[in-house]
Amino acid sequence: MFGKIKNSIASKKGGIISIGVLLIVWEISSHFVPSYLIPNLQAILGAFLKVVLSWKLVQHAFITVARILVALGLAFLVGALLSIFMGFFEELEDYILPVLHFVMGVPALSWVVFSIIWFPKVEMRILFILVACCTPNYTLELHDGIKAIPKDLKEMLESFRPSRMQLFTKLILPSIIPAILTAWKINVGYATRVAMVAELVGATAGVGFQLLSAQELFDMPGAIAWTLVLVTFLLLSQFILGKTESKLLSYRPKMN
Amino acid sequence: MNEKIIEVENVRKVFRIHRDMEITVVDGLSFDVSLGEVICIVGKTGCGKSTCFNLLLGLEPVTAGRIRIEGKDPYADFKYFRTKIGAVFQTDRLLPWRNALENAVIGLELVEESQTAREETALKWLHRLGLEGFEKAYPYQLSGGMRQRVGMARAFTVNPDILLADEAFGHLDQVTSIQLRKIFLKLIKETGKTCLVVTHNIREAIEIGQRMIVLGKPCRVLLDEEIPTFSSEVQKSDYEERILSVIGKNEIYVS
Repeated sequence: MFGKIKNSIASKKGGIISIGVLLIVWEISSHFVPSYLIPNLQAILGAFLKVVLSWKLVQHAFITVARILVALGLAFLVGALLSIFMGFFEELEDYILPVLHFVMGVPALSWVVFSIIWFPKVEMRILFILVACCTPNYTLELHDGIKAIPKDLKEMLESFRPSRMQLFTKLILPSIIPAILTAWKINVGYATRVAMVAELVGATAGVGFQLLSAQELFDMPGAIAWTLVLVTFLLLSQFILGKTESKLLSYRPKMN
Repeated sequence: MNEKIIEVENVRKVFRIHRDMEITVVDGLSFDVSLGEVICIVGKTGCGKSTCFNLLLGLEPVTAGRIRIEGKDPYADFKYFRTKIGAVFQTDRLLPWRNALENAVIGLELVEESQTAREETALKWLHRLGLEGFEKAYPYQLSGGMRQRVGMARAFTVNPDILLADEAFGHLDQVTSIQLRKIFLKLIKETGKTCLVVTHNIREAIEIGQRMIVLGKPCRVLLDEEIPTFSSEVQKSDYEERILSVIGKNEIYVS
């Protein structure tokens, strides 16, 4: 057990050193620059603990996380359906792919403007922005995964005369699991950044709203504390996705 | 023995490889196979043997002509052939996320046999093919020969009436290839299955088949005859030479 922890720390030595250096530089800088610009580490830690230890404040983080997860779930559903349709009926690619590429070219900020004009309700605006930004990523990633299924394997399974559902469950779904996980990894980070922009538009709760409040109050420790909350969420998501990946893709040869 | 189980009549297969370019891979292919016969199809690499294999398997439609297996079209009557045709491919084509047992059992999973029954059948075939102790191994943990054995077990597990093999031993080293060929021959003799083996190895065809069909390019029959019984290695070599001279006569044909 102790050896395992020791190995884990040893493998992360580089990261620990660079973060340590960054913290030292930050702390030293805080002694030469006004605290409203660069607060010291103690103030930041205090603000962070205030956020995570207060149920009222933690709720804001949960609201943001819920918004991100609901939007990602919806975008994944739409993306998965579109990519599966394109997988079974290749002719649909000619109609769907150009639209997706066009939508991908629209900046997140444009979706923010459109959502303000189109939707009066804040929650609807945030959901719309996130779904519009993430759906093309999911669709294209999964579509690529389906396209990459070897023809040899498809022919092998077809020699047993499967139904469409059996072809999906026995071949397509297991083949695209790596693509699904990659899409989630990319989109969790992307959606978190977009969610901050979306929450600046009239939201009265959430991390974005708290960041906006911190900016208005010139509360630098608060702004950093809320940013750390987001970073923690991202790291936790990546950790969960990494563990899921190790479990689901355990059939792959281990790299030494 | 004379009941025709496979009938191939004047089959043509054209692939469109560009808007204004077509390639004729199979042209005027005709032959038939009787119940319980073991037939070897030989021809040069690229002569369309694998296309012929896919047509028989019902994975592709014919452009012209007709194929009948047990009186039905393997492409149009796709579902009818569930568990009736088994295939051993050029490469193992194992699903990398399934272990040996899970790969061998896949054909039966599609016909929804009970899990215990299908695993029992698959285990029996894995063991007959010498894979005892490797049931839970993933494809990457097995050697090329072992993976091909799993591929063979997968084909036998569904107990098909007809077994098709496409260059099933061609990519293996010589020792493994000879070993697997012997096992395969033993199993098809024991089970009495109608078997059609596609190969570019004449010696392999002589050892496995009762009848030899030599294909030219584009894929059509140049020679169709019973393989004689040989009393010496010299006779075998002479026969090989004769088959080689038949194969060598053809030119590449592109329309």
